[in-house]
Amino acid sequence: MAGKILLEVVTPEKMLLSQEVDEVIAPGSEGEFGVLPGHCHLLSSLRIGELRYKAQDAWRYMSILWGYAEVTPSKVTVMAEIAEKAEDIDVGRAQQAVEKAEQRLQAGGLPSEVKEAQISLEKARLRKRIADRAKKSGHA
Amino acid sequence: MPSLQSLRRKIAAFKNTQKITKAMKMVAAAKLKRSQDRILAARPYAHKMRGVLSNLSQRVNRTSHPLLQKREGKKIEILVVTSDRGLCGGFNGNIVRKSSEFVRQCEAQGLSVNLSLIGRKGRDYFRRRSWPIRQEWTGIFDKLTFEHAIDIGGDLTENFVKGTFDELYVVYNEFKSAIQQRVIVEKLFPIDAAAEFGAAPTATEQSAVGGSYLYEPDEGELLNVLVPKHFQIQAYRILLESAAAEHGARMAAMDGATRNAGQLIKKVTLYYNKTRQAAITKELMDIVGGAEALK
Repeated sequence: MAGKILLEVVTPEKMLLSQEVDEVIAPGSEGEFGVLPGHCHLLSSLRIGELRYKAQDAWRYMSILWGYAEVTPSKVTVMAEIAEKAEDIDVGRAQQAVEKAEQRLQAGGLPSEVKEAQISLEKARLRKRIADRAKKSGHA
Repeated sequence: MPSLQSLRRKIAAFKNTQKITKAMKMVAAAKLKRSQDRILAARPYAHKMRGVLSNLSQRVNRTSHPLLQKREGKKIEILVVTSDRGLCGGFNGNIVRKSSEFVRQCEAQGLSVNLSLIGRKGRDYFRRRSWPIRQEWTGIFDKLTFEHAIDIGGDLTENFVKGTFDELYVVYNEFKSAIQQRVIVEKLFPIDAAAEFGAAPTATEQSAVGGSYLYEPDEGELLNVLVPKHFQIQAYRILLESAAAEHGARMAAMDGATRNAGQLIKKVTLYYNKTRQAAITKELMDIVGGAEALK
C-alpha cells in the first residue's frame, strides 16, 4: 500500500506488533530517528528509549530496551530484547520501580553496582513516562 | 493351553504397563504444552533475525567480518540434535538415519566430516560408529535455558573462526504440530542469502541492495554484536524446536502404546474367559457323567 509502512516488533518472548503505520520514530543508539514511507535502507542498533508510531492519526507508544531495527522503504523490523506496549505497562509498578532504583542509586556501592542502578533507573523512568503518556492520550 | 493363573498374571502385567504408558503420555502432554508455547513465541524473533542476516550477507563485504567468511567447503561439520531420553517413537531413529545418510553423502564427495552431538541418544549411537566426534552436549533438555544456546553458539562461532570447519549443517526435528515432526537439515555456517525463509527481498528492495545502506553505529561495530547474537538465537531456536518435537513424539508414541496395551488386555481377557468357561463346562460334564453312572 502506498504511503504506509509495515511495522513489526518482535522480542524473544513473542511477536508484539505487526501493523501498517504512517510514521515511526525509534530510539537509535546514536539518536532518535524518524521513518516515513520510502525511507532508505538502514540498520541500526537501539538503546533504551521509546518507540512511537502513528496509525490512524493517533500516536502510540512503546518502550524498547536495546535491540536492532532494520528499515527498508516499505518495512520496519524491530528486534528488541525487551519491549512493552504503553497500554500493557502497570503505572503503579513502574512508579515503584523508579523509587526502588533511585534508592539503590543513593545507596551507592561498587562502580558496577552504580552503573546497574543507573540503567535500571533509566528503564524504570522510561516505562513510567510512557505509561503516563498513554494514559493522557486516552487509550490506556 | 496356558493355565488360568498364568493368564491372570499376564493381564495384570499388561494393565501395569498400560498405567505406565498412560502416565508418561500425560507428562509428555503437559511438557509439550510448555515447550510448544516457548518455541512458538521464539520463532518470529529467530526468523526475523535470520532474514536480516541473510539480507545483510548479500550486501556487506564478506571479508569484513570473520563470521561472514565464505571458505571453500572442505571440512564439514554436522550438528546432530537428538533427545536425552528414549520412548519417543521414531524421533531419534529418524535423525540418526538422516545424519548417517548425510555423512555418507559428504564422504562420497571426498569431504572430511566431523560430528557434534546434542542429546544422549545420538551420542550413544555415534560413539559406536567410526566417524570422528568433535564435541558433545548431553543432559541439557531437562532444563533448557538461553545459557545453553550461548554456550553452543559460542563454541560453534569460535570453531568456525578458528577454521575447524568450513560449513556446518544441523540435523534436527522441527516441531510441526503436536503429532508431527519433520527432520530438517539446515545450513548454519556460512550464512547464505537464502530466499526460502520468507525474507526474500522484493524487486524494489533488491535493486536498492547494491545502493547505499546506512548503519548506525558503523558497520563493523554493528556486525560484531549482531552476528554472534544471530548464532545464539538460532541455536536457541533449534534446541526449542527439538524439545517441543520430542515431547510431541513421546506423547504420540505413548498414546499408541496405551492403545496397544488396551487391545492386548481385551484379547487376553477374552481368551481367559473362554478358557475359564471351558474348564467349568468340563467340570460340569464330569459331575453329570458321574451322576449318570450312579443311576
